[in-house]
Amino acid sequence: MSDQVLIKGARLYGEGDPVDVLVADGVITRIGEGDVAEDAVVLEAAGKVLLPGFVDLHTHLREPGREDTETIASGSAAAALGGYTAVFAMANTDPVADNSVVVDHVWRRGREVGLVDVHPVGAVTVGLKGEKLAELGTMAKSAAGVRIFSDDGACVADPLLMRRALEYSTALDVVIAQHAEEPRLTIGAQAHEGARSARLGYPGWPASAEESIVARDCLLAEYAKARLHVCHVSTAGTADILRWAKARGTRVSAEVTPHHLLLTDERLSTYDPVNKVNPPLRTEADTEVLRQALAEGVIDCVATDHAPHAPQDKDCEWTAARPGMLGLQTALSIVTETMVRTGLLDWRGVARIMSERPAEIAGLPDHGRPLIEGEPANLALVDPDAEWTVRGRELASIAANTPYEGMRLPGVVSATLLRGRITSRKGKIE
Amino acid sequence: MKHLLATDGLDPAFATAVLDTADELKHTLLGREVRKLPTLRGRTVVTLFYENSTRTRVSFEIAGKWMSADVINVSASSSSVNKGESLRDTALTLSAAGADCVIVRHPASGAAQRLSGWLAETGTVVINAGDGTHEHPTQALLDAATLRERLGSIEGRRVAIVGDVLHSRVARSNIHLLAALGAEVVLVAPPTLLPAGVEGLPVTVSHELDAELPALDAIMMLRVQAERMTGGFFPSAREYSISYGLSEARQKLLPEHAVVLHPGPMLRGMEIASAVADSPASAITEQVRNGVHVRMAVLYHLLAGEGES
Amino acid sequence: MSPRPRGATEPAGERELLSAGDVARTIARMAHQVIEKTALGAGTTAPPVLLGIPTRGTPLAARLADRISEFSGVRPPTGALDVTLYRDDLRRRPTRALEQTQLPVSGIDDRVVILVDDVLFSGRTIRAALDALRDHGRPKSVQLAVLVDRGHRELPIRADYVGKNVPTSRAEEVAVRLSEVDGVDAVVLRSDVITPGTETS
Repeated sequence: MSDQVLIKGARLYGEGDPVDVLVADGVITRIGEGDVAEDAVVLEAAGKVLLPGFVDLHTHLREPGREDTETIASGSAAAALGGYTAVFAMANTDPVADNSVVVDHVWRRGREVGLVDVHPVGAVTVGLKGEKLAELGTMAKSAAGVRIFSDDGACVADPLLMRRALEYSTALDVVIAQHAEEPRLTIGAQAHEGARSARLGYPGWPASAEESIVARDCLLAEYAKARLHVCHVSTAGTADILRWAKARGTRVSAEVTPHHLLLTDERLSTYDPVNKVNPPLRTEADTEVLRQALAEGVIDCVATDHAPHAPQDKDCEWTAARPGMLGLQTALSIVTETMVRTGLLDWRGVARIMSERPAEIAGLPDHGRPLIEGEPANLALVDPDAEWTVRGRELASIAANTPYEGMRLPGVVSATLLRGRITSRKGKIE
Repeated sequence: MKHLLATDGLDPAFATAVLDTADELKHTLLGREVRKLPTLRGRTVVTLFYENSTRTRVSFEIAGKWMSADVINVSASSSSVNKGESLRDTALTLSAAGADCVIVRHPASGAAQRLSGWLAETGTVVINAGDGTHEHPTQALLDAATLRERLGSIEGRRVAIVGDVLHSRVARSNIHLLAALGAEVVLVAPPTLLPAGVEGLPVTVSHELDAELPALDAIMMLRVQAERMTGGFFPSAREYSISYGLSEARQKLLPEHAVVLHPGPMLRGMEIASAVADSPASAITEQVRNGVHVRMAVLYHLLAGEGES
Repeated sequence: MSPRPRGATEPAGERELLSAGDVARTIARMAHQVIEKTALGAGTTAPPVLLGIPTRGTPLAARLADRISEFSGVRPPTGALDVTLYRDDLRRRPTRALEQTQLPVSGIDDRVVILVDDVLFSGRTIRAALDALRDHGRPKSVQLAVLVDRGHRELPIRADYVGKNVPTSRAEEVAVRLSEVDGVDAVVLRSDVITPGTETS
């Protein structure tokens, strides 16, 4: 009995003529015509685009601690349905992933579920308190092999501590990923500080609270010759700082969320906290600049910051709500809408921002690989012209807090393969 | 059903109708023995206050009772709220228990809008009595009623709002209503007490109080809270008072006819001199008096007629 | 539209019942009736207080007071009494704007109060007016003067002074026009205008 999968008539990166791709034993065995085993599974791919499987550097799987909103199992399903073959699970769980015991649990559970490669992110500081470095070395050398460390949810605000973290990281060849938010400038903040929040009387989250940390950290990373990654870039100013830092040779990478490419603080007028997120939705001008920066490569990749929340944490007044939105299953569609339909990127560009660059940043050898014979078959088959209506209840996540409720979006993931095995097909888990 | 949640986007015709009704109510109650109207008999009004406030709550209670409505007061220290019941559940419970109208004051901006959403199927009317730093529409209406009474009209008048605009729902509500009724609004405050993005509001901005005074028809002084001093918004009470307080000397720079307003409670000696607060130019007690009639008018317009209006 | 001759048969539309001259004469006659019934001018009794029910009751009351003053030398105090807040049908209609209430300085306590309205129909407006009056004070007695009584009472209420009795069907409407409000004086009968739920006075 073979494990062959034949992807019939897909266009690689949306380019050239349609070809047949044969997958077996976890790799792409042949691109082109040829024999196929009788029991091979055939994926009809006419009109569809074949891409390397997506890699999400920033997702919240809520396990351990908030399994009422998401588990490694449900989150993996959402990821597979979204075209993802690897995700990085942030450390702000309960207990916090600041030691090898928690990261090993996440790692092992992810493998057990087997729908996507779950890589735990380790905390930078103990308990995410920003006071004392966590055991980065132990976590890096554990079975989980942590490659990315982040206090996301919180900012490593103390400049001395951030300096030490960056320096220490160089010996381990890992990346420190910063949630850039100067806490003294965002006390009580609810929404982007601007005309709309002024009108609605929401305490503001000024762009400079993000930019001042990004600028500082770029300088510290350059000084320490360390690798820095900037989480969820949300302002035009940050894009400028990144361009400047990269020009100087700083080893900085950056991600942007799908929602920051599409949504703005105009959503405040709904008073609905499904739109509340950290960093907040900003202005139309910011989304324009972020799209441009992503297309140019100043921002390296898209990362979802998938953040499931229970109904009681969203079905309340804005200030009482927790920030965060679902993102795994809608990422490809939002990228299609904001980057492909606008002509800013072709599908090869999508492969770069959703798969190749994130895999590179994380140092994953098997993901984001070129679509050629012999490479591991971590693939996403996309129907670029199909549309779907987003319904929170129908998504695989346990939580349903999507800001796109009821919206009709382009770009549907037709199938996802993890090391040659189909994990999702036609919107269902295999 | 119709709610009163904000003055931002409020139909000026509706606002004017409310002011006219408030006027009529005031006249009809004058000199009467029986200060009661049967109009809202059988209607149940619940005040749901998550912030302490004697002045506004009592004003609404009197307004409801003078219209013969049954008024029930629920405060945040009451048991179910203290047990952690969500705002949504509290509102739905009150509505299910029979409230025709919920008057809500809450520390979160947008709370009244959220409430109206959750109560949409129930037919319960929501009146915003102050949500966070967002809006306090009945305050703006009673301020407008007071200005109309003193000045004869609002259109074309120049009104200054002085003080902590950043944290003031009274300021925001007044800005939108005064602009909608045709007044010119100028905000006077140190830069730290003005919201970023203030240029999106229908106002002009100034940091120099003395320069603005001679051209004003009315000046509204906002309370400055002590906490603002520790937040670094201004160096000291003394400096604030020197630069932005309405002293007796400053009052002399105002035109004769100019009206002095304050939503209360006042910090005498800080944002307003005692003598100014008690001077004939001050309409502060009229504001309170008008508050009852304006709130009666709001209740009338939202609850007396049939469904949508 | 020029007034049609009275008595001519009409299929639908308007028919004039009282011309401007008729209205004036009717008011004059009512004034004499008031003087007689209230013994105005005789002795030390205070003159009755005329309270018009807005909208058209108010100018009517003023005119009545003018005529009374002209004929008797005594001018009754006048005012207006809006009954909107006391109506029993508020919930059935969109919100109504309030009209002016203005009581004379002399007040109504221990006085004969004459409510003045243009048309008496179901009687509900007058009932609301009695309720309103009660909250303002305690008159010695209350009387009612109407320009037109069109029948169809729904409450046990009757007018003391009637300008003209006009039998009508429920589908018809009697419209009083006064120059202070409508620019012209007339009383007309309108057919096919009543729809269910339209106001009754």
